Formats: sequence, structure tokens, C-alpha cells
Amino acid sequence: MTTTSDTRSAVGPAVSAVAEPRTLTYSEAVREAMAQAMAADDRVFLLGEDVGTYGGAFGVSGDLVHRFGTERVRDTPISELGIVGAAVGAGLAGMRPIVEIQFSDFTAQAMDQIANQAAKIHFMLGGAATVPMVLRAPGGSGTGAAAQHSQSLEAWFAHVPGLQVVMPSTAADAKGLLLSAIDDPNPVIVLEHKLLYKQSGPVPEEPVRVRLGETAVRRTGTDVTIVATGVMVSRALEAAERLAADGVSASVLDPRTLRPLDDQTIVDSVAATGRALLVQEAPKTGGFMSEIAARIVESPAFGRLQAPVSRLCGLDVPIPYAPQLEQAAVPQVDDIVTKAAELVRRW
Amino acid sequence: MPSPEQWTRPDPGAGPAATAAQPSPEQVIAGLRATTEGGAELTQLLTPEGERLADSRFDPYLADIDAEALRGLYRDMVLVRRADRESNAMQRQGQLGIWVPLLGQEAAQVGSGRALRPADMAFPSYREHGVAYTRGIDFRELLGIFRCTDHSGWDPAEYGFHPYTIVIGNQVLNAAGYAMGQKFDGKVGNADDAENEATIVYFGDGATSQGDVHEGFVWGAVYDAPVVYFCQNNQWAISEPTERQSRLPLYQRARGYGFPGIRVDGNDVLACLAVTRWALDECRHGNGPVLIEAFTYRMDAHTTTDDPTRYRLSDELEAWKLKDPIERVRAHLARAGGTEQDFFDGVDAEADEFAAQLRDFCFTMPDPPPERIFSEVYADTPAALDAQREEYLNYLAGFAGGEH
Repeated sequence: MTTTSDTRSAVGPAVSAVAEPRTLTYSEAVREAMAQAMAADDRVFLLGEDVGTYGGAFGVSGDLVHRFGTERVRDTPISELGIVGAAVGAGLAGMRPIVEIQFSDFTAQAMDQIANQAAKIHFMLGGAATVPMVLRAPGGSGTGAAAQHSQSLEAWFAHVPGLQVVMPSTAADAKGLLLSAIDDPNPVIVLEHKLLYKQSGPVPEEPVRVRLGETAVRRTGTDVTIVATGVMVSRALEAAERLAADGVSASVLDPRTLRPLDDQTIVDSVAATGRALLVQEAPKTGGFMSEIAARIVESPAFGRLQAPVSRLCGLDVPIPYAPQLEQAAVPQVDDIVTKAAELVRRW
Repeated sequence: MPSPEQWTRPDPGAGPAATAAQPSPEQVIAGLRATTEGGAELTQLLTPEGERLADSRFDPYLADIDAEALRGLYRDMVLVRRADRESNAMQRQGQLGIWVPLLGQEAAQVGSGRALRPADMAFPSYREHGVAYTRGIDFRELLGIFRCTDHSGWDPAEYGFHPYTIVIGNQVLNAAGYAMGQKFDGKVGNADDAENEATIVYFGDGATSQGDVHEGFVWGAVYDAPVVYFCQNNQWAISEPTERQSRLPLYQRARGYGFPGIRVDGNDVLACLAVTRWALDECRHGNGPVLIEAFTYRMDAHTTTDDPTRYRLSDELEAWKLKDPIERVRAHLARAGGTEQDFFDGVDAEADEFAAQLRDFCFTMPDPPPERIFSEVYADTPAALDAQREEYLNYLAGFAGGEH
């Protein structure tokens, strides 16, 4: 995690023929998306714990309270169920609430409102009302936050019809997918990753949307398709670099939106490479990569497989607190290299 | 000045009624004052200046607290504070992953903790190092949690002290359930008081907004459970003041659930001891639950990841320093006579030694081995997880050959 340059100087000198793309950190990109959405639409507002003066537990809301005031950047009582429930109500009244849950683990406190209300109101009212709510929450391990502050819970949400689930892995996607989520008339769960917040990348200054439901092909190769989500995308790309040096050519795909899932891009890639390595941080059993594995073997790509579809996942344990155990509990670059090389060489 | 309680009642007088939805400015000010100052209903037995106030209701609960016992409470608080400061410093030096300071809350924790009997059960949140100390847990055992080498180092049944609960408010429900168990086991209302038990559960002002706490209150109430809800109102839930959680003083919420609520000076160790003894007695005799709001102040950060200068003024901290829980006991002991400077010096020296031991212990704690990842996920490790452990250890052994 290196911050290469001051974002303001990244524009480059005036004499440069082509300006370098502007870079932002992932958290700055999220903040910019919220600011642009709030500036463009009075109905958009943010609510959560410590999002005001404090600027958010991870500093994501930053100075938004100073720019938009306490009515539109609301510090709430310490009650996640209340936060989501109030957002559902505000959404029904025509507002465009953005909920920040401090750690995605705390969505457990709010799950009744998420799964039983937000997800089902449109259906149960026969389409008479919509819940245009965005719920942002950081997930993932790697910060020494232990078992109740480090989970990767995307499979919980992806299992509920009526919800949409987004996992941005780059700064540009963090902005573009969030803008699309805010536009969307349905509830969208945006799972950010704590380790990505400080990572920088080029981000368009304009409010450029990234459409929900489009898998990104991050790298094209011929021997194996690596599908990865969240922080695993950058690890997969680093692994692909090392594999290339070793003579193994890997594609790296980032679904970005888990629901609705663009499985066609994945299936097409696997049909071409004949091998699939599915990488997630979440524990293996019942994880979202199991769903992707099923989609692959149910598709015509099945006939093109040269190796069993393989998952590389977090161990089936709660995230340990000790840093060295925490690191060992989820896939690292070495693990991806080893597993992908094995898949190509053995089959 | 109208009480904040009146917000919920229509004003029979002339003019528009000041209701809950539209309190008058005076009522707002009254409410703010009630939640930022202790208010007239604060039970206090030792003033910040060290003056002992007579109290006919609670003095009987301090009949055994002579000068020697008070020196013991003073010593407890000094040791706990010193251990807290040492741990905070060790986190700053990179020796602990995180620390949750209790600075300023020593009286609330030592006073209430010392009110417990061995058979009672305490459910802490994550800041109750002082209560842990009173339950006989070696402060060094706490460090494993914060150094990331362990999850919880003690047996809850042995110490009557549940593991720390990190998710806000969850433990209030667990405590209600535990207290129900005590009642169903016949540990309440016995003629022989030695057979009786009670439960105490600790949580903060922020937690009072959680549904868990509301539900925990309801359960304790409808099952007459012997549980003391001990809310340390330290005025701040990270960056949010208590006004973000409540319109009326927190202790007054008890009335809505049908059990007594009381506000105690949380910086007064004698008041915390006496009031908690009373509340536990009520519970043991079958008159529980009871809500205690210990009105105190978090003098340091929420955790070492927090920076309180971002959201509160230093004036407030300075004002609370004048209400320090330890200084008032020292002043009282010195003024009342019979306590020489030697005693205070001795406690300070003991605290230094305590801190040095803590530091030595912390630096030599072993890191857990990799196979530890798989232990304690289930009571008995299932075969599938055993297989995952085997596979993982073989995988690690593969790197040991040097190809890594």
C-alpha cells in the first residue's frame, strides 16, 4: 500500500502534452461520488454513526458535513437497525438515502430491515413503492480488527432476492458503481474493503457511472481464468504477473457486481482458457465463489474444461486476531500463484 | 425549571403545549443540562473536594467501609489507572494491537465491581478492565486480547466474569438470560441470603440506543430477573454526545420498563459501591431488575484508534479533571486524618512495580502457532475442519523447503 503522489499534483505540469490521469484514493473516490450525487440531487443524504464531525470511522465521509450540513450528513444514534430502518422509510418517502454501517459485520444488527424490509417491500406492495437505498459498509480482514470486525459477508446479501450487491475493487469503480447504486431504484449493498481505502488509482473527475452487472476483465491470458472479488483482485493481478514470468498466462476477472451477476463474461473466459480458479476472502463453505463455480459447470464452458473448477478461499474459521494468523486465514499472492500454477501444470 | 420528563406530557397551562415533538427552548436547555451535568438527582456520597456527605438511604450499605477499606478502594483505583496508562503507552509503542482506555471511569468500575460477591456474574463490554481486576482476573491476562495473542484468557465461570463483548449492547441480552437462569435455579429470594445470586451487566451511553439493550430491559423486567443494568454514561459514543442517544436522563428510562432507575456519581467510588450493593440486594431478594446510570466521563479516547480532539473541546476535559475519582478519595483520606503520606507513596511505588511487571509480561508473550487458527471454532473440531487443518499445515510445510 503505497501512496505514490499527492493527488493534486498528479494532474501534471501545464507543459505536458497529455495530462496524466488524476488519481484518488479509494476512500476519496467514494467521498467524491457522494458529494457529486448530493450536489446534483437534494434527495441524496448520508446517515450513519460518526459520519459527521468525526468524518467516518475510516475517514470516508471526511468533510462532507461541512459541505452539506448536519441535515444531509446525519450522525445517528448507535443503532444499526434504526439506521437502516429509517433509511428504508426515507426511501419510501422519495429520498435517496446512503447508509454507512461502520463495519459490514454490524449489518447483522440491521439484517431484519435489510432482508425482510428493504429487499421485499417492492415485491410485497405489488410494485407500488420502491426502496432506493444504498448501504455502504467496509468488510474484509487485514487490519487487525478480529473476528467481529473483519468478515466478508457478501454471500449473505447475494442470497436475498430483491437486493443488489456490489464489491468495488478499484478507486474508479468505487466511485462509478456507487453513483450507479445511488441512481438505482432498488436497494444496493455496496461492500467496500478496509484495505483498499488508502489505495490510489485514476478516477474520472466527472460523475462517470459504472453500470451494475458488468464483469470487468482486468487481464487477458490463455491458460487459466482467475475470478476474484474485493481485495483479492489486486492480489490476483500481482499473482498473474508472477505467473507470466513463470510461463503461465492468466486472465483475471472481477465480477464487481455479485447480484445481478454478469456470468457470461466469466463463462466465455473459462471456455477459452479451460481452467477456472475462483478466489475469495470469505470462508469457502457457502461462499459466493461456489455460486460462480456452479454457473460455470452449468454452462457450455463445462465441455471445454481441462481441469476441475477450483476455489481458493478463506479458511472455514472466524478471522483470528493475531496478525500472522489473520494473514494465514485468507488467500495471499503466494497462495494464488501456487494454486494457479498447480492447476495449469497438473491438468 | 421544567423537568425533561414533562416533555411527554401535555402542558395544561395557557398557550401551546410543549410536547415531545416541540419542546420549548427552556425544556431543551433543561434536558441538555440534565444530560451534561449530573443534575439534582445525582447520588453522591463523596464530593469532588473529598467531603463525605451523609445519606440515610445508602450509608447503611457502607457500614463496613472504614478508613482501611477506603484505603483499599483508593489502592484499587490507583493500580487500575496505572495499568491502564501503561497499557495505553504499550499500544503507542506498538506492543499492543489496540487499547481501550478507562481513564476517568475507575470509581464506577472499582465501586460496582467491589459490590459483587464471588457467586455473582458480571457481563462486561470491552472497557471494564477495572471490573475485571476486582473479579480477581490478573491484569496480565487481559493483555493477551489486546496484544492479539489470545481471544479471552479466563474461565468465566471461575471468575464470575464473562468475556469481553465487542459488538455494542449484545451482552445486555445475554445477561438477562443468565439472570433468568439464576432465578430458575432458585438463586433468588432465599431466606438464607448467602444462597442468593445476581447478575450485573455493563454498557455505555451509546449502547442504550441499540435494540439489544431495549430488549434486554424488557426480558429482565417481565421475568423479574436479578440483573443490574449498569450504564456507564461517559458522555461520548466515539464522536457522538449523549444528546444524540437520549432526550431525557438515561436512568429515567427504567420507569418505562417498570423497574427502578438511579443516577449515581460515577466518579464517586463510595456512591458506586453503595448504590450497586443496594441494587444487587434488590435483585437477590427478588426485586430486580435495577438500572444504574453511573454519570462519569471518558477522559481519554474511545480507543487508541480515536482522536477525541476532533470532536470535543479541551475545556470539557479540564472541567471533568476537577471531578477526578481518585483525587477526591486522596483528599478525603488526607483530611480525615489517619492516613499518612507514607501510604500514598507506598501505593505509588506498588503501582510502579505493577506496571513494570505488566510490561515485562507483555513483551514476552509468545505468538500463537499457525495451527491455532483452527482451534476453538467448534467445541469438538469437525472432521472437515480437521482435514482443512491437515491440508493447511502440509501446504505450509511445502514452503519450508526453501522454494518460498
